[in-house]
Amino acid sequence: MSEQERSTAPTTPKTLAEKVWDAHVVREGGGEGSARRPDLIYIDLHLIHEVTSPQAFEGLRLAGRPLRRPDLTIATEDHNTPTLEIHKPIADPTSRTQIETLRANCAEYGVRLHSLGDQEQGIVHVVGPQLGLTQPGVTVVCGDSHTSTHGAFGALAFGIGTSEVEHVMATQTLSLKPFKTMAINVEGTLRTGVTSKDIILAVIAKIGTGGGQGYVLEYRGSAIRALSMEARMTICNMSIEAGARAGMVAPDQTTFDYLEGRPHAPEGEDWDAAVDYWKTLRTDEDARFDAEVNVNADELEPFVTWGTNPGQGVSLSESVPAPEDFQDENARAACERALTYMDLSAGTPMKDIRVDTVFLGSCTNSRMEDLRSAANIINGRQKDPEIRMIVVPGSARVRLEAEAEGLDRIFKDFGAEWRFAGCSMCLGMNPDQLAEGERCASTSNRNFEGRQGKGGRTHLVSPLVAAATAIRGTLSSPSDLEPADGATVSAA
Amino acid sequence: MEKITTHTGIGVPLRQSDIDTDQIIPAVYLKRITRTGFDDALFARWRKDPEFVLNQESFSQGSVLVAGPDFGTGSSREHAVWALKDYGFRAVLSSRFGDIFRGNSGKQGLVAAQVDQGDIELIWKELDNHPGTTVTVDLESRTVSCGSLVAPFEIDDYTRWRLMEGLDDIGLTLQQEPDITAYEQTRPSWKPKTLPAKYS
Ligand code: SF4
Repeated sequence: MSEQERSTAPTTPKTLAEKVWDAHVVREGGGEGSARRPDLIYIDLHLIHEVTSPQAFEGLRLAGRPLRRPDLTIATEDHNTPTLEIHKPIADPTSRTQIETLRANCAEYGVRLHSLGDQEQGIVHVVGPQLGLTQPGVTVVCGDSHTSTHGAFGALAFGIGTSEVEHVMATQTLSLKPFKTMAINVEGTLRTGVTSKDIILAVIAKIGTGGGQGYVLEYRGSAIRALSMEARMTICNMSIEAGARAGMVAPDQTTFDYLEGRPHAPEGEDWDAAVDYWKTLRTDEDARFDAEVNVNADELEPFVTWGTNPGQGVSLSESVPAPEDFQDENARAACERALTYMDLSAGTPMKDIRVDTVFLGSCTNSRMEDLRSAANIINGRQKDPEIRMIVVPGSARVRLEAEAEGLDRIFKDFGAEWRFAGCSMCLGMNPDQLAEGERCASTSNRNFEGRQGKGGRTHLVSPLVAAATAIRGTLSSPSDLEPADGATVSAA
Repeated sequence: MEKITTHTGIGVPLRQSDIDTDQIIPAVYLKRITRTGFDDALFARWRKDPEFVLNQESFSQGSVLVAGPDFGTGSSREHAVWALKDYGFRAVLSSRFGDIFRGNSGKQGLVAAQVDQGDIELIWKELDNHPGTTVTVDLESRTVSCGSLVAPFEIDDYTRWRLMEGLDDIGLTLQQEPDITAYEQTRPSWKPKTLPAKYS
C-alpha cells in the first residue's frame, strides 16, 4: 500500500501520531503487550551535527558499510561553533576537532554539509524547516533531543542516541516500539504579550518534566491553530522538557503557506498531491488518546522559570515559591536545592529579580518572528546600562533576512551584540558562556545547573520578556514598559 | 560484528563488586570523537595504581574479565563496552550485570556471561594460584572452563544467537533489506530529498 492508501483506508480511528507511524512501518514487529516486538520504521530525514555523529560514522567505517541514503541526510555545524570572528580557526582544540571530523566524514560519505560561513549554516532545527525539508507526515531524526521541534509541521520527529544514528545511516530505519499519545488541548485566545513560549512553559510546569515520558504530545485547540509556524516550532521544541519523545501539531493552511516556495518543498503536481495527503493528517474525530491535558489560553500570562529544571516556573506576576509550597517530598527537596543554586529567596517577586545577561537565541526562539517581536519592543527604548544582551540568529539565513529588514541596526543601536548563527549560549560548549554566578534571562530551553556555563543561573523566558528585561534590568514583560519614544517596526 | 562461538584467553580476576561504568571509563573520555582507541581509558583511574591487576605482567594480555557482582551499573555510556573491547576483552564474567551494560555488550560483540558467584570464586582462586591461566567461554554449550572447572553460564537466547551469527542490530536490520527496498519504492515522489541541494 502507498502512504496515501494506508492513511485513507477505512480502519479504526487514529491519532495524527498513529497515522504517521503506520505510514512508515517497513515491517511490523507483532506481538501483544509486553511481548510486543519493535516495528521497523522508515526514516525520511536524518539531520546530523558535529557532536553526536563522529562515533556513528566511525562505526560505519569499521563495519565497511555505506551510508544508505545520503539524499535523505543533511549536516550542519552548530553546537561548537563560535558566533564571533567566524572566519578565524576555532580556538578550542576539542571543538575544532569535532568540526573538522564532521567535515571529513561528510566529504567521505557524500553528505550535504552546511559549514560555518555558509549561508544555510545554523542550528540544525532551524535549518531543516527553513529549507523546506521538514514537511507534514515525514519522520525526522537527529542525534539531538530537540528534534521534537520539527513536529510543528505534523512530522514525527525525535532525538536518538549514537548507535541509532549509525543504524539510520546504514539502514534508513529504526527498530522501535510505538509511543503512547497525549493530547494537549489549548483552547482560547492568548492575551497581548503572551506567546507560545509561555504556553509550553505553563504546560511543563503543569505536567512536570517527566509527565510526557513515553508519549508523543499532540498540541490541539483554537489557541494552537491561531499560532504561526514559528510559534508552533517553539512549543514542539520544548516537548522534550516535559519528558516526551516528540510533540506534534496537525498541519493546516498555516503549514502549507509556510512551506510553499521553500527550496525543498514539492512543486507543481507534486505540491498538489502532497497537500492532498497532508490534509488527511489530522486526528480522527473518535480517535482515542492515552492521556489528555487541558490548558486555558485566556488565563495565561508571561511565564518564567525560577529553578533549575524547565518545570520550575511561575507566571511573571508571581513570586519565587518556598519549599513548603510543594506537597511532594522530592519536589520540596528539588525546590530547596534550586533556590540555593539560583541564589533566590522564597517570596521574592519574580519581577524584582535582577539579571546580568539577556540571551535571545537557541533553537527555541531564534527565528525571524522571535527577532522581530523583540526588536519591536526595544525599538526607540534604552537598554539598562548594566545589562549585556546577546542576539544570536538561529541560522545564517535568518541573520541575512534580519539584516535586510534592518533588525540588526535596532539591536545594535539598543546596545545589544549582534552575533553569527549557532547554538551559542544555549549550552556551554562554545565560547559563549555565563560566568560563575552570572544570572541570565534566556530564550533557550534548559535551565539546568551549569547549562549555560559553570555556575551560571538561567531564567527561561519568551523573546518579549527577554526584550523587556533588557530595558528594565529585572525580569519584566512588555506591559511593564513606558511607551516608547521611537517608531515601532512595521513588520509584525 | 565478528561471529563468536567460543573464546579462549587469559583470565583477569577483578575481585570487586559494583563496578559502575564511571569506573570502567571516566567521563572525561567521552569528549572524544572516535569509537575506537579507548584502550587507555579503560579503568583509567585504577590503572594509575601499579598494583592494579591489569598492571601485572601475567594479566596485562587478558581477554576474559572475571568480575564481582553488579558489573556495569550506572550511566548508559556505550563507551564502557568500547573501552573493554579496545583493550582486548572479548568476554566478561559476573554473577549480575547492569541492564544497559548487558544490552550494549550484546550490540557490540562482547560476551557478558552470567556465572554463579560460587563459580566466580573458584575461577578467581585458580587465576590467583596460576596467573596467566586461560578461561574458555563457549556459547554453544553455555559453559565457562578454567583449569579443571567447567561451569554453566546464562545468556539470553536472542543475544546468544546474535553473537554466534555475528549480527549486530544493524546487521539484523540489513537482513530485512528487501523489505526496506520495497518500502522505498512506494514512497511518493514529493517526499523531501536533501540532494541535489536547492537554495532560495
Ligand atoms: S540551540 Fe541549544 S537546544 Fe538547540 S540544538 Fe543547540 S544546544 Fe541543543
